[in-house]
Amino acid sequence: MAAGPESAPTGSGGGFLGWIDQRFPLTKLWKEQVSEYYAPKNFNFWYYFGVISLVVLVNQLVTGIFLTMAYKPSAQEAFGSIEYIMRDVEWGWLIRYMHTTGASAFFIVVYLHMFRALLYGSARKPRELIWIFGCLIFLLLMAEAFMGYVLPWGNMSYWGAQVIVSLFSSLPYIGGALVEWIRGDYYIADATLNRFFALHVAALPLALVFLVIAHLMALHEVGSNNPDGIEIKKLKGPNGHPLDGIPFHPYYTVKDLVGVAGFLLLFFGVIFFAPTFGGLFLESPNFEPANPLQTPPHIAPVWYFTPFYAMLRAVPSFLGTQVWGVLVMGASIAVLFALPWLDRSPVKSIRYRGPIYKVMLAIFAVSFILLAVCGLKPPAGIYPMLARVCTVLYFAFFILMPFYTKMEKTKPVPERVTAHD
Amino acid sequence: MIRAIVLIAVGTLLGGAALAEEGGIAVQRSEADIGNVASLQRGARNFMNYCSGCHSLKYLRYNRMGDDLDIPPSELKNLMFYPGAKPFDGIQTAMPADAEAWFGKQPPDLSLMARARGVDYIYSYLRGFYQDPTRPWGVNNLYLPSTAMPHVLVELQGLQKPVYKNEKDGNNNDHMVLTGTEPMAAGLMKPEEYDAFVRDIANFLDYAGEPVKDKRQSMGVFVTLFLLVFFVFAYLLKKEYWKDVH
Repeated sequence: MAAGPESAPTGSGGGFLGWIDQRFPLTKLWKEQVSEYYAPKNFNFWYYFGVISLVVLVNQLVTGIFLTMAYKPSAQEAFGSIEYIMRDVEWGWLIRYMHTTGASAFFIVVYLHMFRALLYGSARKPRELIWIFGCLIFLLLMAEAFMGYVLPWGNMSYWGAQVIVSLFSSLPYIGGALVEWIRGDYYIADATLNRFFALHVAALPLALVFLVIAHLMALHEVGSNNPDGIEIKKLKGPNGHPLDGIPFHPYYTVKDLVGVAGFLLLFFGVIFFAPTFGGLFLESPNFEPANPLQTPPHIAPVWYFTPFYAMLRAVPSFLGTQVWGVLVMGASIAVLFALPWLDRSPVKSIRYRGPIYKVMLAIFAVSFILLAVCGLKPPAGIYPMLARVCTVLYFAFFILMPFYTKMEKTKPVPERVTAHD
Repeated sequence: MIRAIVLIAVGTLLGGAALAEEGGIAVQRSEADIGNVASLQRGARNFMNYCSGCHSLKYLRYNRMGDDLDIPPSELKNLMFYPGAKPFDGIQTAMPADAEAWFGKQPPDLSLMARARGVDYIYSYLRGFYQDPTRPWGVNNLYLPSTAMPHVLVELQGLQKPVYKNEKDGNNNDHMVLTGTEPMAAGLMKPEEYDAFVRDIANFLDYAGEPVKDKRQSMGVFVTLFLLVFFVFAYLLKKEYWKDVH
């Protein structure tokens, strides 16, 4: 036994690990968070997206650090430095494609991760804070992605930034001054690029990592939900562990390895065979340098913002101001935070709900996707009307939720979880 | 039910993606093949002879091009027209800075043109010039109306003339709509020869836009195979561990 200042904490043996454990709760953390964290045994396909988003986060951090080593954050040099990375830096093209594809992959897995919460009631009591931390992560992720998109200083970077930053100018009284403060200049310029770089590589990733830790700590405090929406901690065996729970390690570490392998197949498939993904992940006009005198033929944000952009455009201006669209777009994110309190159903999982919730959720998912399509297209033909209808349906899902979830007849929830795969 | 939701969602996604294309004349497929080194070599030669007088490829270094396209250093030297150019320099143009006064705009650098507009666009554009006396150079282009560029390859292709068709609009007024071109005066090349000539240029510019493209795709095959094997082993490992979960 090492001669420690106090009696050895639980779990520590002798040797090097014992020496550490007397000074830092390494074994304790490992046990609490991983090897003795009991997770429900019935996780299905939808439960892969949490760990996959963690993998993508690490990918973004690591590739981002390497990109920073060769990227030049100045309006004069930024565009050329990206081509330097693509052509002259050893493996620079792979690092950059991993970063750009990672950005789109992040939103795909986060959207699916959030949809999982809607399927199985994962935001409901006692997991409200997990959901709120998650919404904050989503919000920061949007800011992070937007600022990252400006850095290559292509023409779409430039005009996308111009359009999005200008949104704030519609706010009454403070709008004009606020926009100037954000840009640091009278138009999108070198100063804007510099500060976006600072926020993109330092401030926002730091905040994101802290929030992800908080998200996981809150999760491990209350325990994971599952596809049956049953609290497994209610039924414990003689050893004090949940009857329907299994240790995260090794069971879910090996299972998540399968999910991550499947994800990597798709991820690297895109990187090696279709890194621009038909102009969705890397937009064609962004291969032309920023030109303040010439707009791209059609300015649209990257695909992951288009549902919200479509809602912004769907709202007509009245009383001589465009601010209503901006407010609706803000509300479309803000309403997410209220989800745990909007759902009044006695059951959590969609498996035990009636048909109304299922239909509402299906309509919601379809409207969200249609909004994404509308946001990508120029506002002509059927798209403006389609965007309006889908905006109404998007909000209806949330605003009517207290009523349709409360009135609906639900099925009885079993004591124990059902089959696992 | 969840499956139904997912199916509907995927269906909408695909349906949405397939929604109407934008107007204008559709570009022709170039059938360019970035793995065809002989075509890339011919394209490089054609580019240097006909394009590099006005257009630079500043992000493509001469020696990178030589290495990637198997051009020996002696031959590469013959392609380096720019006075004083070093092998590691980007491909420069001798066009002076006041070119804007001659053409109305500075001839753009073409390093990334294939990425910005697509290889098929470049192929179509080079085939799409037609006679238009109202334009400064006497030609216009099907795929870039009011182009500032003269038809540099006119001696090879010969001159084309525009083909119109009549269309009636909602108010029953006649409109002349441009639909294509047809030969007017023969050039030095037969149409198939000319198509092959510009296909090589388009192919070369596709290479110039992303020199690693061919390597990336062939590397991707091995990465995919490795990940498939990894996936199978991960799955078997999971099955083994989960035997005792009931």
